Formats: sequence, C-alpha cells, structure tokens
Amino acid sequence: MLDALTIATSVAALALAAWCGHAAFRDQPTKDWHFIGMAVVTLLTLVQLVVGFVQLGRGEDPAQGTTLFVAYLIGSACAIPAAGFMSLAERTRWGSATVAAGAVVLAVLEVRLFDIWSG
Amino acid sequence: MTQGSGAGDMTERPQRTKLIGGPGMLLVWLYGVMVVGAVSRSVYQISTEFDRAPLAYSLSAVAALVYAFITYTLVRGGETARKAALACCAAELVGVFVVGTWTLVDPSAFPDATVWSDFGMGYLFIPVLLPLTAIMWLRRSRTSSVTA
Repeated sequence: MLDALTIATSVAALALAAWCGHAAFRDQPTKDWHFIGMAVVTLLTLVQLVVGFVQLGRGEDPAQGTTLFVAYLIGSACAIPAAGFMSLAERTRWGSATVAAGAVVLAVLEVRLFDIWSG
Repeated sequence: MTQGSGAGDMTERPQRTKLIGGPGMLLVWLYGVMVVGAVSRSVYQISTEFDRAPLAYSLSAVAALVYAFITYTLVRGGETARKAALACCAAELVGVFVVGTWTLVDPSAFPDATVWSDFGMGYLFIPVLLPLTAIMWLRRSRTSSVTA
C-alpha cells in the first residue's frame, strides 16, 4: 500500500473528526461544508480502495492475508458515507457527533490497514 | 424524501417510543460499527481457523449476536424493544466483565483475542463504555416518554 495515502487519509479523518466534534460541541448540526469535508475523506478512501486492488492485482500480498485486507478496505470506504447519511436523518448536534465518531473509526481502520499490509 | 417518510412513520405509530433520536443516533452508529466488526471477525475466524481458539471465536460470535440484537431493538423502538435492549445491554456488560476477567486470570484458555478480551482494550474500551452509555440512555428514554 501507499504509506503516504494511508497517512493522508488518517490525518484527513482526524481533522474531520475534530471539525464535526467542534460542531457537536457548539450544538450545531452538520452543514454543507461538513458534507464537502466528508466527500473529500470518502474520495481518499475510494482512491485507497482502487490502489489496494491494483496492488493485489500485481500479485503483491498483504502480510496478514488478502481477505482481511479487502474487508478493511471496503469497511473504510463505507464508514464516512454511512455516518453522513445518519447525520442527514439526525439534524442536531448528535448528527455531528455521529460523523465525528465515524471519522475516528476510520482513523482506527487506517492504522489496522497499515498493520495488515506490512505485518 | 427521507424526512417525509420519517414523518409518515411517526404519525402512523405515535405510541412507539423513538430510541434513535438525539444521542440514540450516536449509539446506533457505535453499535452498528461493533456489529460489523464482531460479525465479520467471527465469521472470518470461525470459517478459517476455528480449531485454533474455539472458545475465543465462539465468544466473539455470541458478542456479535448480542450487538446485532441491540442494534435492531434500538432502530425498531417501542417500549418492549426498549426493555429487551436494556436486558441485552446488562447481559453485554456482564459478558464484558466476565470475559475480561477470564482473559486476565487464565490467558492460556485464549490463544487468540475475543472482542471482549481485556475488557475490550483492543477496541478502545468501547465494549465497556457502550453498554453503560446505552443503559443510561435507555433509562432516560422511559422517563422522557412518560413526561412527554
């Protein structure tokens, strides 16, 4: 895997978590700008998904197994969109808190992805 | 569109306590994450290497079922679901403490980790914190629906 991409995604996820956490702290729902932020982070995870599959296609093997690696790739791509939809249904500070929690989960998944790839 | 159908649901069943409003939404998200994590983990482990740590993997599967059921009751809402969720959260809490203590006292019984090993340390202690928060939320939901 591209280490730079994994690190960039983790940092972006943590930034999104802080931003939405701040919105929750100020008692605000998620706004358009937050959704643009979520889109950017999701885009990074999708790029990662493609890069991951290309590298698997080239015959490179993740240290802890391909199944685990693919599962985590898909999970990390789904985390933010799922949390985003839930914040659309919950137009209060708790919607923002959900996205913040989702972004933290994504950051954890990135660390795991890194481990799974490099052992 | 989603807002329209949500409002329709509420007018059709006004008596059903909504459990996913406000903080409940955050709980559903966290439980959902635990469901995906625990289910995929136990399916993967049981199907590939069950013989290595049968006890640990069976316990993970039980945890996955409990999480799935709690998530379902939270989304469904209503007084019966609220009570069922409360009972499951209590069972979950007991499970976390029993398995957590068990893994510390007798590590040899667990060649591989479960979701509830070491009180859920591998999952940022979320397995311990989640049932506590959920029980607080579920108890509060009853009082607020009575006053409302």
